[in-house]
Amino acid sequence: MAPVKVFGPAASTNVARVLVCLEEVGAEYELVDIDFPGKGHKRPEHLARNPFGQVPAFQDGDLILFESRAIAKYVLRKYKSEQVDLLRESNLEEAAMVDIWTEVEIHQYHPALSPIVLECFIYPTLRGLPTNQRIVDESLVKAKKVLEIYEAHLSKHKYLAGDFVSFADLNHFACTFYLMDATPYASLFNSYPHVKAWWEDLMSRPSMKKLGVHLCNPTRT
Amino acid sequence: MQTEHIEDRSQGERASSSKEGREVKMAAIKLYGMMLSPNVTRVVTVLNELGLDFDSVDVDLRTGAHKHPDFLKLNPFGQIPALQDGDEVVFESRAINRYIATKYGSSGPNLLPTPSAKMEAWLEVESPHFFPLAQTVVYELLIKPLFGATPDTAEADKKAAELDKLLDVYEAHLAAGNKYLAGDVFTLADGNHMSWLFLLTKSPKAELVASRPHVKAWWEEISARPAWAKTVASIPLPPAV
Repeated sequence: MAPVKVFGPAASTNVARVLVCLEEVGAEYELVDIDFPGKGHKRPEHLARNPFGQVPAFQDGDLILFESRAIAKYVLRKYKSEQVDLLRESNLEEAAMVDIWTEVEIHQYHPALSPIVLECFIYPTLRGLPTNQRIVDESLVKAKKVLEIYEAHLSKHKYLAGDFVSFADLNHFACTFYLMDATPYASLFNSYPHVKAWWEDLMSRPSMKKLGVHLCNPTRT
Repeated sequence: MQTEHIEDRSQGERASSSKEGREVKMAAIKLYGMMLSPNVTRVVTVLNELGLDFDSVDVDLRTGAHKHPDFLKLNPFGQIPALQDGDEVVFESRAINRYIATKYGSSGPNLLPTPSAKMEAWLEVESPHFFPLAQTVVYELLIKPLFGATPDTAEADKKAAELDKLLDVYEAHLAAGNKYLAGDVFTLADGNHMSWLFLLTKSPKAELVASRPHVKAWWEEISARPAWAKTVASIPLPPAV
């Protein structure tokens, strides 16, 4: 079986979302460089894979996919096994919990944390822009409110969807990793011991240790 | 000011069950929210498509009901909608929709045909791409004026310009032999768009849809569905809109 292909830079949070799922299921894959810094994602070859001109895109034989969560779910369904079932689709209640906390990452967690990552890391290193501390401070206020809710939830459950690790947890990887590794605000989690323990547990997983290396590659594209 | 509807639940149930003295089966499904919220009507759209009975429990944002401890037990983020199905509680409208489409998929049209990579991709496109842009445009240019607040027209125009580019991709996709977003059949991918798309067509930026023949035709097709008529009838829009 030919390895599946992922198009885009490993340091992109949405590409990383797909890669962590591929690592978790132990699938063979090839990461294809599309010259992201040279705007390769806007060229016709890539637009044929992703009409929105974004990364990632994905190929499995003749099937082409885009949207990182759609790709990730395809991977998790295709390589589902007795040992690795990160979507829990055969159990309606468990699947609903996975869906809830996947949505929460999109609409609550990511919007609160990502401006901190953008201002403290992405903009200064990639665009040479100064950090807008006002945006950071406003985001910290929002992040604390969200983390309080996560703290209450994770004090009752080992992982976000229950006592099993799932796609919901994996979706938090890249954004959190950047916050911890590339901004001065890693200590934010110290006030939320259950969230911190949950994060440290996730980071002990081989998939995340392996991909963390890509995310902090100083020559990231 | 109305009383806290979330505390009036028991009264509502008793009133419903005493109709002409006969046993009325209480709906297993309770939807918490207010019908003015397109995030709530995102769920109503799918409930009606599936022909499901449900009770609406009013959680009026204007009274702060969404921050009431009873409601926070249902959604710790204090947002509407939340849905209760027997003992199961689900929040986040798209998670709710996937749950009900999966559980009650045999009651009505199959909104989640699997495997459908196209459906999954376009379902995902709605959440981070279409929704934030449509929400800003609608909120600033339609909702704020309705409540006498001053719109941020600069922000609305900025997001409308981005939405313009985004809808070019939709237009090309629908022109390429796709009657609906996932191809030949109506799915959850279309359904999840409808509540905000509807208000976009009522806003000063309606031409974003009207100017694109395939997007326009798609909207006209999906908004002609009988279940949608029922959903629209439950949205208390002022006559001015």
